Amino acid sequence: MSTVSIQAPSTTDWHLPYKGRVGMFTLIFAETAVFTIFVVAYVYYIGRSLSGPMPRDVLELPILNTVFLLSSSITIMIAERALVRRAMGAFNAWWGLTILLGLIFLFGTAREWHKLITVDGLTISTNLFGTTYYSLVGLHATHVVVGLIMLLIVLIFSVTGSLHPKHTDRVETLALYWHFVDAVWVVVFTVVYVLGR
Amino acid sequence: MAGSSIPLPGGVSEAEPHDRPSGLATVLETLHSWVITVDHKKIGILYILYSLLMFVVGGIEVLFIRLQLAAPGNHVVSPETYNQLFTMHGTTMIFFVAMPILFGIGNYLVPLMLGVRDMAFPRLNAFSLWMTVFGGLLLYYSFIGGSGLQGAGTAPDIGWFAYAPLSELAFSRGHSTDYWALALIVSGFGSIGTAINFIATIFSMRCRGMTLFRMPLLVWLYLVSSGLVILAVSPLTAAQFMLIIDRYLGGHFFDTQAGGSALVWVHFFWIFGHPEVYVLVMPAFGIASEIIPVFSRKAIFGYAAMVAASVAIGIVSISVWAHHMFTVGMSSVSNAFFTLSTMLVGIPTGIKIFNWLATLWGGKIRFGTPMLFSLAFLFQFLIAGLTGIMLSVAPFNWQLHNSYFVIAHFHYVIVGAILFMIFAGFYYWYPKVTGRMLSERLGKLHFWLFLIGFHVTFDFMHIPGILGMPRSIYTYEADRGWGTWNLIVSIGAFIQAIAIAIFVYNLIVSYFRGDEAGPDPWDAWTLEWTTSSPPPSYNFQTDPVVSSRRPLWDLKHPEDPDSFD
Repeated sequence: MSTVSIQAPSTTDWHLPYKGRVGMFTLIFAETAVFTIFVVAYVYYIGRSLSGPMPRDVLELPILNTVFLLSSSITIMIAERALVRRAMGAFNAWWGLTILLGLIFLFGTAREWHKLITVDGLTISTNLFGTTYYSLVGLHATHVVVGLIMLLIVLIFSVTGSLHPKHTDRVETLALYWHFVDAVWVVVFTVVYVLGR
Repeated sequence: MAGSSIPLPGGVSEAEPHDRPSGLATVLETLHSWVITVDHKKIGILYILYSLLMFVVGGIEVLFIRLQLAAPGNHVVSPETYNQLFTMHGTTMIFFVAMPILFGIGNYLVPLMLGVRDMAFPRLNAFSLWMTVFGGLLLYYSFIGGSGLQGAGTAPDIGWFAYAPLSELAFSRGHSTDYWALALIVSGFGSIGTAINFIATIFSMRCRGMTLFRMPLLVWLYLVSSGLVILAVSPLTAAQFMLIIDRYLGGHFFDTQAGGSALVWVHFFWIFGHPEVYVLVMPAFGIASEIIPVFSRKAIFGYAAMVAASVAIGIVSISVWAHHMFTVGMSSVSNAFFTLSTMLVGIPTGIKIFNWLATLWGGKIRFGTPMLFSLAFLFQFLIAGLTGIMLSVAPFNWQLHNSYFVIAHFHYVIVGAILFMIFAGFYYWYPKVTGRMLSERLGKLHFWLFLIGFHVTFDFMHIPGILGMPRSIYTYEADRGWGTWNLIVSIGAFIQAIAIAIFVYNLIVSYFRGDEAGPDPWDAWTLEWTTSSPPPSYNFQTDPVVSSRRPLWDLKHPEDPDSFD
């Protein structure tokens, strides 16, 4: 095997961004496009239902739930820093708390849906509001579920001692996804519970 | 100043095993290795083979359409079958031929051109391939399961754009539309996965010295194309989920009886549908930008302008979708906006055409088969663009909307530009993939027959459109005066079919009997030609280092290396 060098070999550093990070940002762009379509449909159909119940009759502001989900963005950041410091105990605690906050959020959504279905009689096929509401909030909740499963896998790795500071890049990539899920909730909250009511 | 070091071709092939024991076990082992592969080259080949299979299927469908339309009052197929044929033809050709074949070519070439071993996420790559394949199987399974096995034989019949409320449960009973929507969701996941993979590969996996502005233009165009997949296929996937919610869960997104809007579907579909054209044409531009310089023996003219124009086309193309919808009754402001934004695409496109012409100018042009297809592409793409600008004018569009003029226009783009460049790419890179040259004699026969067939079909297809023939009609009366034109169009379609049969024959025969290609049969300049043909599974024995846009030129002409950056 021969090689030909045209000039003196390069000594400069060759640094490229981490592929996981680029991939996750691209996925987030794709997801943003998906959510945009659902949000546009939601906004376009506000007030176009031909029959009740209407949003203002049945929706309540899920303030507490929102606080739980958004604070999970902070706990996951603290967990990431703990990993860099090699403080695995702290990492497990903060990472576990992030999962707990996500679970509480899901539980809150479940309670809200239970009330809407059993008390208010609103299902996905009741009217246009039901269709768009359950689709948009459900799409977001699906992303929370996916995120929680991945967070849980990391926690299992960590508790069994297979997670090391060299995995920081991967953990950060997952955290990016979790931040995205939180950011989408801000949009969903604004559109569904503030503008749409 | 960075230096270039590139492994010379030849040595690597010795690392490949030469002796292959025969027998059933080996066949199964080979098959197994292809099914489980995560190698970008094998995945690329699988994409291409799958697309070629679907291409034949979609082609047979359109031949039945052309037989049916060849004469007025024909009854070659039933009206119901006819609706299924044009729906399946469109869906197959866009989602299961054009996209996967271009993804396949990109999969094969992008890592080689960037001088790396594989894509950024090889497993995601395999996942994307099999999702696309599974999507196609789902679509064609509708022929068996479309109305629940009792009433077998109902493929989707709602047109490839599936306008609501025709696609809603009230008007499309049974499961044929479900298969259509699910097939596109599944293959859409594959497409998005591939796009993520291309973008991550291009940003994170370049060999030492390969800065963004030293990348081959083909890689740039795959970057733009992938960006458009992210922005365009994702909305389609979202809209398909809405359709599925309507059909399975009793939702009302596109249900006009419950306050839903059919127009919302039309918007969502074309937010996907128009950028999709650019998803497909960008790689075709990329192939042209590789072949034209090599066959003109000149570096590409205006590299930076080409990159800028490609990105500009990508950006503008996401704001033109409603030019498919002038007849739905939009406001004058919207009509004007979409007319102007569509015309705006002509400017960067014109820049590209002039750059290709300037590359030819003063070059020592070699008329090999890849170049013949590329030159035809230049001419045909120009005409396709010009009819596009005609159709972008709202009042003109009102006259010709959904007529055969529109069909002729977009087939000029998809066949005359994109398919011609796919063929050019086949003749250009087949030696790299297989180690053998395609027959030039058969190639020229293929080119001339296909060129004649193409022009007989699609030049004359404009005329019945202007005479008022709408798309998607089953048949027409003799006194309309469309009969002769349709007969000519149908004859052209069969000439194209013969040309494609010659092409497929060439692909098969040359694999066994073609001339040995060697690593660099075209005396080209990009990195894929530095390794053996076919490349070993690891691509390059040592990591290449590049210091210009034409690393292989540097290698061949150490006294006169590319100095521009």
